[in-house]
Amino acid sequence: MWRPCGIFDDTYEKDISIVRTLPQQVLTITGLIALLFLPQLLGAGRITTVNLIGISVVSIMGLNILIGLTGQISLGHSAFMGVGAYTLVMLMNHLGFSFWLALPFSVLSAGLIGLLFGLPSLRIKGFYLAMATLAAQFLIPWIIVHVRPDLTGGTSTLNIAAPSILGFTFDSQVRIYYLVTFFAVASIVLTRNLQRSKIGRAFVAIRDNDLAAEIMGVEIFRYKLLSFFICSLYAGLAGALWAVWMGAINVDSFTLHESIWYLGMIIVGGLGSVPGAVFGVIFIRALEPFSHYIGPPIASYFPDAIGAAIKSGISPFVFGLVILVFLIYEPRGLGHRWEIFKHFYRRWPFSY
Amino acid sequence: MLSLVPQFFVSGLLTGSVYALIAVSIVLVYKSTRIFNFAVGELLALGGYFCYSFVVWFHFPLWLALVGALLMAVVTGLLVERLVLRPLLGQPLLTIIMATLALSVLLRGIMLMIWTGYDVAFPKNLLPGKTVVVGSVAMSAELLWAFGIAVVAFATLAYFFVKTQTGLRMRAVSQDHELAMSCGINITVVFALTWVLAVILGTLAGSLMGYRLALAPSYTPLLALKAFPAVIFGGLDSVTGALLGGLIVGIIESMVGGLIDPTMGEISAYILLLAVLLIRPEGLMGLKRIERV
Repeated sequence: MWRPCGIFDDTYEKDISIVRTLPQQVLTITGLIALLFLPQLLGAGRITTVNLIGISVVSIMGLNILIGLTGQISLGHSAFMGVGAYTLVMLMNHLGFSFWLALPFSVLSAGLIGLLFGLPSLRIKGFYLAMATLAAQFLIPWIIVHVRPDLTGGTSTLNIAAPSILGFTFDSQVRIYYLVTFFAVASIVLTRNLQRSKIGRAFVAIRDNDLAAEIMGVEIFRYKLLSFFICSLYAGLAGALWAVWMGAINVDSFTLHESIWYLGMIIVGGLGSVPGAVFGVIFIRALEPFSHYIGPPIASYFPDAIGAAIKSGISPFVFGLVILVFLIYEPRGLGHRWEIFKHFYRRWPFSY
Repeated sequence: MLSLVPQFFVSGLLTGSVYALIAVSIVLVYKSTRIFNFAVGELLALGGYFCYSFVVWFHFPLWLALVGALLMAVVTGLLVERLVLRPLLGQPLLTIIMATLALSVLLRGIMLMIWTGYDVAFPKNLLPGKTVVVGSVAMSAELLWAFGIAVVAFATLAYFFVKTQTGLRMRAVSQDHELAMSCGINITVVFALTWVLAVILGTLAGSLMGYRLALAPSYTPLLALKAFPAVIFGGLDSVTGALLGGLIVGIIESMVGGLIDPTMGEISAYILLLAVLLIRPEGLMGLKRIERV
């Protein structure tokens, strides 16, 4: 791990700390305070998008562990989010659980379902594994719609009550923002620490070469499944937050399309990089408003009928183009750019 | 109920021939370039749209429109290979998967821009013939045409691979890239040719299914999702396996959907896929790869 110049780890606590220098501490604290007042700075209108970014950050942290650290692949991430969201709503609506009681169950159920679909990863990898998780992406929504439509509402939308804690109800987007931000920051810290732990190193060993890792004494069976489990835990949490954010859930929110967007965030951010993943989420989630912004001016050059079609197609077009450009020109993602930038300002004004 | 079995079997077989076209398209690309083409659904929808446009916008007869669509498929195949996949040759697996997924989203955007998100249907009665009834089994003319065209396409493909020089080169490349290169085969040309062939097969499938049902960016690409289980079932690197897999998936889907539960039909192929992956990951006819550290 890179250390800034002149920083010596003379105690064990210093060696394992994430925030080590005074400027870093100042930045962290100002950053957290800024997060606290973000709704006031941005205005209530934009906070919905910010909440979506926060939820996606939680979700992406999990996917990043699976793809970036362990080198497995999942095309069913949004279906696992759906498992979390539906478990939460089922428990709250049918068994009368409170949000806080239902949350651990929904996170855990998503984790277990993820574990189940991770089982093929023991025998297969690459495209085959992509296929197995793709099957999850089709089976899970099918089960939600068809098996017990009386409980899950089938294709219709289910509403849930806003959660509350100590008399504070999360009933507006600004209030939900604090809930989402708490979990987003917590999951970032958790991922960062997991990355440096024994488990994280085992994951990286499996990513680099699973046969070699097994020979070195890493239990592939345990760690591959653990990776799927942890990934889906995050997905379950993100799904539960999604349900709170929307105030309702519908099976249409958890499609293959969404899963592809999550993969896109990982690509844009850079594999295995925590700050990169956050940048990737912000970048991709900001593309949607951006394409709504550039859509009408472009459409105005064309006749009405074509213009309307261009407005509807611009968002997937821009997304696909951005991902391809990143894959071809910056496959290491924004996380890599961030590292370059960090090295630049640490050494400034010297270039070596 | 049991008397309906032959009916579901035959209509499944006929639909399965279209799935087989798509499955073979995927396998061709995989065999020679080691890329799994997740964008095949959008490519086939694009082919269907080209055919539709020639018929409706330019008032071509159907056969000429199909020829025109196939010419457009050649152009599309070359463009896709040159602009997207060639810069990514030799990249890690996730990059390749993501590239074809991103390509599929990009193509969907293009289709939304040109043909809008609404359903478009071909004018009816362009194909001659009417429903054929053999015993208790009825076969619609459209499906019979689709089956016939698919059979012709497979026969041409088989002839191409077995009898022609270029086909031989393509088979050599699919065996081993470096050995093929050292024998003097220009493998970038072969890759481009593979993509052209794959998009042509996709265009055939897209035009046939588009003519039978309708075209829309939202559900025409989903056809390819039926071909993925077929490919895995048959084995990723076996053209014959893909052909058989396509037919079998068509039959299973039709039988399960007709005899057990209509909604089960759509996911039956994926249950089969999971079972195959757990029991015999290399598929029916695929090669088992042994990995060394």
